[in-house]
Amino acid sequence: MPRMQTWLSGLGAYLEDRIGFDGLRKLAKKKDVPVHRHTIWYYLGGMTLFLFIVQVSTGILLLFYYRPSAEEAFESVQFLMAEVTFGWLIRSIHSWAANLMIFTLFLHLFSVLLVKAYRRPRDLTWYSGVGLLGLALAFGFTGYLLPWNELAYFATRVGTEITGAFPIVGDFLLRVARGGTDVTGATLTRFYAIHVAVLPAATTAILGLHLFLVQKHGMSVPLSVEREGGTRRAMPFVPNFLLRDLVGWLVALAILAALAAFIPAELGSKADPFAPAPAGIKPEWYFMFMFQTLKYLPSHILGIEGELVGILGFTFAGLLLLLVPVLDRRGARGESSKVFTWIIIGAIVYIIVLTYLGYTANPTV
Amino acid sequence: MAELAQAPGPPRRRFIEWLMSRTLTTWLLSTGIGGLVAAIIYPAGRYIVPPEAGESAAGTVTLPFSPEDIQPNEGKIFKFGSRPGILVRSATGDLRAFSATCTHLGCIVQYRPDIGHIWCACHNGHFDLSGHVVQGPPPEPLESFVVNVRGDQIVVSKGA
Repeated sequence: MPRMQTWLSGLGAYLEDRIGFDGLRKLAKKKDVPVHRHTIWYYLGGMTLFLFIVQVSTGILLLFYYRPSAEEAFESVQFLMAEVTFGWLIRSIHSWAANLMIFTLFLHLFSVLLVKAYRRPRDLTWYSGVGLLGLALAFGFTGYLLPWNELAYFATRVGTEITGAFPIVGDFLLRVARGGTDVTGATLTRFYAIHVAVLPAATTAILGLHLFLVQKHGMSVPLSVEREGGTRRAMPFVPNFLLRDLVGWLVALAILAALAAFIPAELGSKADPFAPAPAGIKPEWYFMFMFQTLKYLPSHILGIEGELVGILGFTFAGLLLLLVPVLDRRGARGESSKVFTWIIIGAIVYIIVLTYLGYTANPTV
Repeated sequence: MAELAQAPGPPRRRFIEWLMSRTLTTWLLSTGIGGLVAAIIYPAGRYIVPPEAGESAAGTVTLPFSPEDIQPNEGKIFKFGSRPGILVRSATGDLRAFSATCTHLGCIVQYRPDIGHIWCACHNGHFDLSGHVVQGPPPEPLESFVVNVRGDQIVVSKGA
């Protein structure tokens, strides 16, 4: 044992000399987390990050067996699920962690909105966060197609057709998104490249910026707490908050394992470009509120095609979300804005109600 | 060039100083870089845009099943070139064919014998047996084809 210890301390001294950990030590010492009644929301970003790491790890493992072509994709996933030892586990965790990640990301987004943590100087942190939301949704959309099953095929047909509805550039966008005029094997290889290379690279860059900014500006104290005279209590990030984070991550891992074991990811039947869309076709749950909205819109609104109105509406809403730090003038001055809070709560209620309807409304009437 | 002759120092250095102070130099330099960037971005961008595929040439197809294979109040999907089409035999017995691509967001439609409509499962669009929209979000009727029965063959062609 003592030999092991001398060996370890020797390695420590070597790394200290060659790399130097002064910066890290200083950062760890400096970083603390304010303690108040909204402290719980600080865990959601870290939770999303953890689930992203799970996605990267399981995604790399899936690449060992997956074959990106219309002829082989479905069969390779089938083989992975049925024959490969623990193949079902890796794919189920990848599928569940994706859903949980988007869920915690939404919670993170709305909690940041409600405690108004996007105010200066954290506006750039907010913009990068909205960028990461867009990347996560793109991950979900492109990943959904990869097993090349019926559900995915039609979800992609509809999803890409939407880009075609944009005025002027629509047809061009549609062709670029699909790699042709229809959803084919060309779409699959394109989505594959985006899913496993383009999006991870972009995410690494923007996530790096996001995390750097969080370190630079520290944790935001909510407006309401600030107005009550602020908080004097804080806990050190290392080790107090980090250990609490770790507990949360372990819980998330346990939930993931349980979900993967009891409700493994389904595969369904292979995509057939010459079969009708099956009844009960639906996108991933996080696109459901938009999908359901498109169902309710009439074919024409004021002479414009209903789908176009819906799509432009959601694009506009996305733009508003991005520009929140600019739009919330009162928040920027450190005043609370009841109207703003109610708009956010309204948006949350809309998403929940439409998502609920998407799963319960009879799809055939 | 007037200031070139008046500036102090040996002529060659004076020329270099003049050259360095010119926006022309900056312009050339920056467009050189601009050109380089364009030379990289343009091919990469064009690479991502897929080649234009020729429009499906099929104007007429002979279906791989005979008229007896389709009963009254039944619909079948067939290949019309690279696109799906739908053949429906109405309750009264006549055959009609349409493009099976929904005019809303491009899903493939199916025939619903229970209500006698052509139906799209994606956003609940209903079409009647003339291809017209009766309910739901589709903005336009389905494109209809001409059906001819020649012996035991069904021939579907694009309308004139």
